[in-house]
Amino acid sequence: MTAQDTADAVPELPATLWRDPEPKRGYDVVIVGGGGHGLATAYYLARNHGITDVAVVDKGWLAGGNMARNTTIIRSNYLLDASAGIYEHAMKLWEGLADDLDCPILFSQRGVLNLAHSPQDVREGVRRVNANRLNGIDAEWLDPRQALEICPILNISPDVRYPVLGATYQPRAGIARHDYVAWGFARAADRLGVDLIQDCEVTGIEVDSGRVTGVSTTRGLLTARKVALCAAGHSSVLAEMAGLRLPVQSHPLQALVSELLEPVHPTVVMSNAVHVYVSQAHKGELVMGAGIDQYNSYAQRGGLHVIQRQLAAALELFPIFARAHVLRTWGGIVDVTPDASAILGLTPIDGLYLNCGWGTGGFKATPGAGWCYADTIANGVPHPLAAPLTLERFATGALVDEHGAAAVAH
Amino acid sequence: MDNEFRLANAGRIDRDRPIPFVFDGTEYLGYAGDTLASALLANGVHQVSRGVHSCRPRGILASGVTEPCALVQVEEPFDEPTLAATTVEVCAGLRARGLSGKGALTSRPDPARYDTMYAHADVLVVGGGPTGLLAALTAARAGARVMLLDDQSELGGDLLAETAPLEGRPPIAWVSGVCAELAGCQDVTVLPRTTAFGYYDDNYVVACERRTDHLGTAAPERTSRQRMWCIRARAVVLATGAHERSVAFSDNDRPGVMLAAAARTYLHRYGVLPGRRVVVFTTNDGAYQAAIDLAGAGVPVTALADARPEVPDDLAKACAAADIEVLAGHVVAGTRGDARISGACLAELRDGRLQGHREVDCDTVLVSGGWNPAVHLFSQAGGGLRYDSQLAAFVPARARQRVFVGGAARGAVTLADCLADGARIGAQASRTVGLSADAAPMPAVLQRTPTPSTALWLVPDPSGDYRRHYVDLARDATVADIVRATDAGLRSVEHVKRYTTVGTGHEQGKTSGVLATGVVATILGVDPAELGTTTFRPPYTPVTFAALAGTDRGALHDPVRVTALHDWHVAAGAMFENVGQWKRPWYYPRPGEDMAAAVWRECVAARRSVAMMDASTLGKIDVQGRDAAEFLDRVYTTMMSTLRVGRIRYGLMCRADGMVFDDGTVIRLADNHFLLTTTTGNAAAVLDWLEEWLQTEWPHLRVYLTSVTEHWSTVALVGPRSRTVLRRLAGDLALDNASFPFMAWRDATLAGTTARVCRISFSGELAFEINVPWRHAQRIWTELCDAGADLGITPYGTETMHVLRAEKGYPIIGQDTDGTVTPQDLGLDWAVSKKKRDFIGKRSFSRPDTARGDRKHLVGLLPVDPDLLLPEGCQLVADAELPAPPVPMLGHVTSSYRSPALGRTFALALVEAGRHRVGRRIHAVVDDRPVPVIVTDPVFYDKEGARRDG
Amino acid sequence: MLIECPWCGPRDETEFHYGGQAHVSYPDDPSVLTDEQWARYLFYRDNPQGRFAERWCHGSACRRWFNAVRDTRTHQIVATYRTGESAPVT
Ligand SMILES: Cc1cc2nc3c(=O)[nH]c(=O)nc-3n(C[C@H](O)[C@H](O)[C@H](O)COP(=O)(O)OP(=O)(O)OC[C@H]3O[C@@H](n4cnc5c(N)ncnc54)[C@H](O)[C@@H]3O)c2cc1C
Ligand SMILES: [Zn+2]
Repeated sequence: MTAQDTADAVPELPATLWRDPEPKRGYDVVIVGGGGHGLATAYYLARNHGITDVAVVDKGWLAGGNMARNTTIIRSNYLLDASAGIYEHAMKLWEGLADDLDCPILFSQRGVLNLAHSPQDVREGVRRVNANRLNGIDAEWLDPRQALEICPILNISPDVRYPVLGATYQPRAGIARHDYVAWGFARAADRLGVDLIQDCEVTGIEVDSGRVTGVSTTRGLLTARKVALCAAGHSSVLAEMAGLRLPVQSHPLQALVSELLEPVHPTVVMSNAVHVYVSQAHKGELVMGAGIDQYNSYAQRGGLHVIQRQLAAALELFPIFARAHVLRTWGGIVDVTPDASAILGLTPIDGLYLNCGWGTGGFKATPGAGWCYADTIANGVPHPLAAPLTLERFATGALVDEHGAAAVAH
Repeated sequence: MDNEFRLANAGRIDRDRPIPFVFDGTEYLGYAGDTLASALLANGVHQVSRGVHSCRPRGILASGVTEPCALVQVEEPFDEPTLAATTVEVCAGLRARGLSGKGALTSRPDPARYDTMYAHADVLVVGGGPTGLLAALTAARAGARVMLLDDQSELGGDLLAETAPLEGRPPIAWVSGVCAELAGCQDVTVLPRTTAFGYYDDNYVVACERRTDHLGTAAPERTSRQRMWCIRARAVVLATGAHERSVAFSDNDRPGVMLAAAARTYLHRYGVLPGRRVVVFTTNDGAYQAAIDLAGAGVPVTALADARPEVPDDLAKACAAADIEVLAGHVVAGTRGDARISGACLAELRDGRLQGHREVDCDTVLVSGGWNPAVHLFSQAGGGLRYDSQLAAFVPARARQRVFVGGAARGAVTLADCLADGARIGAQASRTVGLSADAAPMPAVLQRTPTPSTALWLVPDPSGDYRRHYVDLARDATVADIVRATDAGLRSVEHVKRYTTVGTGHEQGKTSGVLATGVVATILGVDPAELGTTTFRPPYTPVTFAALAGTDRGALHDPVRVTALHDWHVAAGAMFENVGQWKRPWYYPRPGEDMAAAVWRECVAARRSVAMMDASTLGKIDVQGRDAAEFLDRVYTTMMSTLRVGRIRYGLMCRADGMVFDDGTVIRLADNHFLLTTTTGNAAAVLDWLEEWLQTEWPHLRVYLTSVTEHWSTVALVGPRSRTVLRRLAGDLALDNASFPFMAWRDATLAGTTARVCRISFSGELAFEINVPWRHAQRIWTELCDAGADLGITPYGTETMHVLRAEKGYPIIGQDTDGTVTPQDLGLDWAVSKKKRDFIGKRSFSRPDTARGDRKHLVGLLPVDPDLLLPEGCQLVADAELPAPPVPMLGHVTSSYRSPALGRTFALALVEAGRHRVGRRIHAVVDDRPVPVIVTDPVFYDKEGARRDG
Repeated sequence: MLIECPWCGPRDETEFHYGGQAHVSYPDDPSVLTDEQWARYLFYRDNPQGRFAERWCHGSACRRWFNAVRDTRTHQIVATYRTGESAPVT
């Protein structure tokens, strides 16, 4: 960890972020949802494809959905080729993003450890590391001692209920500041002429003989040649407005944060088996996430038992956290697909595009997904990296089953 | 000088119990009943810490949970970071130091215990001030099961700092009376030092009780330090009070600036003077009493600046009587001083501008910018808020749950209103739970109608410099920071919060959140109602990780399941493996043996002579009923209805998507009676799965499922000599192949114990699975050991079991499969019925991707180098040279072992189009280098199956 | 949440596990379905913002499956009822 990573100073944020324009009557492209994905899509549409007659509409304050709520873990060490492709593409973009956007995003490549607690975890971890390396993604398998060197506060005692038997490690992985990422994309898109329209809820999707023509909103009708959905947890609700049903369920996902603490935790640790992931953010707070609440919900909150279980697990791994304090817990709405991979591409309706299903792990994909989605929208055919992520896979059976195969979330 | 700011006899501290403590290296004296903050103030220590960014000196602003800046790190009796000095009780052995925003974790293991209580209440009352007390009393008298929680060390809330008589006596006497009555009620639980911090769905309120910290080093060791109370209440009364807030003026962060009500609390509750010379700055009636009380205690109050142009008559008179100059339409525009205030600048505020600046000397500025009802829990419960412009505050509006808010928490200002609220909502709450309740009679109290406060958030600065107008002292955020955010284009308070970090400190904006809304509203020229607040989230106050974790730690983190033979395995020196919640013997090393040697020896014993394994952890499900056979036909890919009584069949289960989910054996005990085994880790999931189909899809089927995993202990007796050993125990049970064929079962009496013996083999060898009631396991196991001693009978663990089965090409579900593998992929077509019209998963097999011929198949691999043990999880590629990434991969190694039977290493792997590659050379990437391997059939040993009959 | 098991009465949510949308019945004859139709059965479920008829199992007690109508915006349970019964409210 560099000194810069831990400096408590708020970086100098841009003195201007975005205009707050009145919506025009119509646009080339209307992007529904001003989260990270919507904003990144708008930016790359303008930057890579010169399409600037674009509006991003959001029902609330910009990037106030999952983008404002996630635990900011960024990694690309996914098992399956289809996932590795798009996440690694995103990783490369992350690596140049602050410069590209000319905005601090506090991207800190402090590495991610994924812990293994059973022989089967070990096999899966080794399998993933090997697949990553062949896919050109940095990955290492560490024994418990080596994991301890990376994270000196990790409890690797064999005498705990589920001892650490090893870990995968991706050195280039890390965290960033979610709000700044959103604002960086928003500002850059705004400067290229994109209208960012807040407090503008889409209430209908206008379709005429199989072609999308616009959206109706709480701020009036916006015509559009193309409409791109980017509504994360609300994707099903929006798709239904166009008569589409999606293989997506919305669940609460909770996270929490501690007070500011002197640096103790230099990396990111994830443990799927015991359901906890934790990092120490730039200012010094411990940021932790848990597993999803089991039921469908749009309430942006979940049950306390999930947090209790998560903290019990955290203390097994990090006894030093015993007297840290939870300052705040919160929840987002994550859009989960049957195979835990995203859906990105065309829909049966002409001009209507779909990006959803990133579930518990779409923050890290933000630049990559935005890039590929913009390309898909601009060209009307799926970007090659997004090609495996079509809706059709649910009928053919060609799932991208990270869920079944790797069972690693976030 | 010790306690120079302490009054001789005011306050509720116990002067007979002096307590020395250390702060920032200096020893001071406090008293039982003090907080660290009150004790520091008593000793004239006003600066506690420094600003997190500005490094400016910071003092004590508040008196309770709202304190934004007086943060300390407690070092003794035990380290704890980031506590507000206003919430730390002075205790024996206390040592603390001031913190600039950042706490420290120490690696000393926390010796304390934490636990959790689950409770039910008819009426849960949160807050033990006047409102809460009267509500609790009303509910208790109505016969309700009542819980009353309060975060302070004693009940009374604001009455602890109140002097005006209640029912003609000191308020505290009234409090004691109520407490005494509550204590006498059978169904009433009163918990002081207990902070309700979360309000969840269906009136589930969670609180943390601090049980031992105030005892310091004298805390009893066995008592839990903190206790989580998880309370399900039929009705909830929130009497959580209100939080005073400050005003943003220049240099409003210096030590010596204090909230007016806090000063009153220090005076009356702790007998401490906040300073020697005081200026008061207010926007409402509240601060007057503080000024008058301080004057009464002999502290000169130089001036009282009331931002309102008109001052209430009665208060003006009372001030005059106390010799306090009241300046209507005035504000405090700034302070001076260094580590402590030495003076304030007063000015008149007219039409939004300051004029007539006047410097006065003082060491304390008491400020009241208004009151924020503590709506945190109400809001967490889904309650809506509304902006009340009379109060300049957000107050509760619609409730979603069965919750009643009263007193200052709903915006009531006078004591009389608070008491009336308490009685009223106590009765309402009782009635909603079906009790007839009369409001407890109101104690007689002075009535006064308050005058409205003014909404002043920000004192304008003539120079336009707002860099020292602090909004959030915890985060060192100023009005200038907020201006920068709004200039950048931000309007939402959520955006401003994130841009400036206002409200993200340890107290989560209790003093700054609404103030920030007010400041943004002022800057943008809009009504605060339009902007609202940021979201209130649990916890209301910080909660330790350990308290939330409760008792689910160490051995209790997840239950450990062990078999009836566990003690024997331990005594035999077994190494254990976690499989699900079970501890299973992994291998049994003899002295000097490593794992490889032990496993080698165990494998040899099983193949050459006889060995035994504790297989009791296999899931066992008893299936009975008229339609049991039909049911099993639907859930297994295999046909089960044709199985004859007395026989056993292997079965595979798929999910509806056609992917393998579990496997095991089915034995038919009678026409309508089966026993299934499942894999160890999946037993519960399989039972759930079967119940789900049975109950939700096929409720018309008459089938009953019972888990019998822990009813039967299972011993696998394996090897060519297994029959010999069994014969020695089996009496007249015929064991020859004709009488007792493979995949049959027999009831028997073994060494006097009833047993069910199955001829099942997971190793390819002649083998028997002996099932006995759990309580007889020890006996049968030792009998077998004795009976086989001369043949060298060898206990073996899961690793040997894995080697033996892999030599035979039997997959382990969950190791050789990963949720993306079909029976056909495994080469188990023979276990997939072609005759059945349907079974779970069948339809999925014909989907285009699932029907592909080049899917990944389970195959065997033989490394060309027979000594090379491929790492499990290594990837497979076609060629000896690796192209540039991304390298196309063919699959991966799922299982890999050294085989004594083969005299070499071997592996199982999932390989793209694997069955078409048998005999071909591909490469495994080991340490980034491709090594050649030959693809083979997955059955390596005894392909003809000759050995299973012995 | 407090969930009213139709067999046991009101119990804490931690005693239950979730089963997603209710009243999705297994097709009479999957073999006659197109891949698309079969995919609809396998993977597509309603995901409304508002009232949702869904399945729960009282796993820690009676082990029975039952249905609930719950509002996904508020988590408020409007009704619970036994498997096989139709929703008493919509
Ligand atoms: C607690 C939590 C932790 C997480 N941790 C991680 C992590 O560590 N790493 C990681 O990679 N991912 C993580 N994620 C997942 C990640 O946050 C999401 O996958 C990702 O943010 C989704 O994309 P988005 O940013 O575009 O979504 P969002 O920010 O949710 O954007 C969707 C937007 O659509 C808007 N919208 C919805 N309906 C309408 C409508 N009708 N009209 C107009 N606008 C509408 C919403 O207001 C919202 O702003 C986490 C998620 C949560 C909740
Ligand atoms: Zn029940």
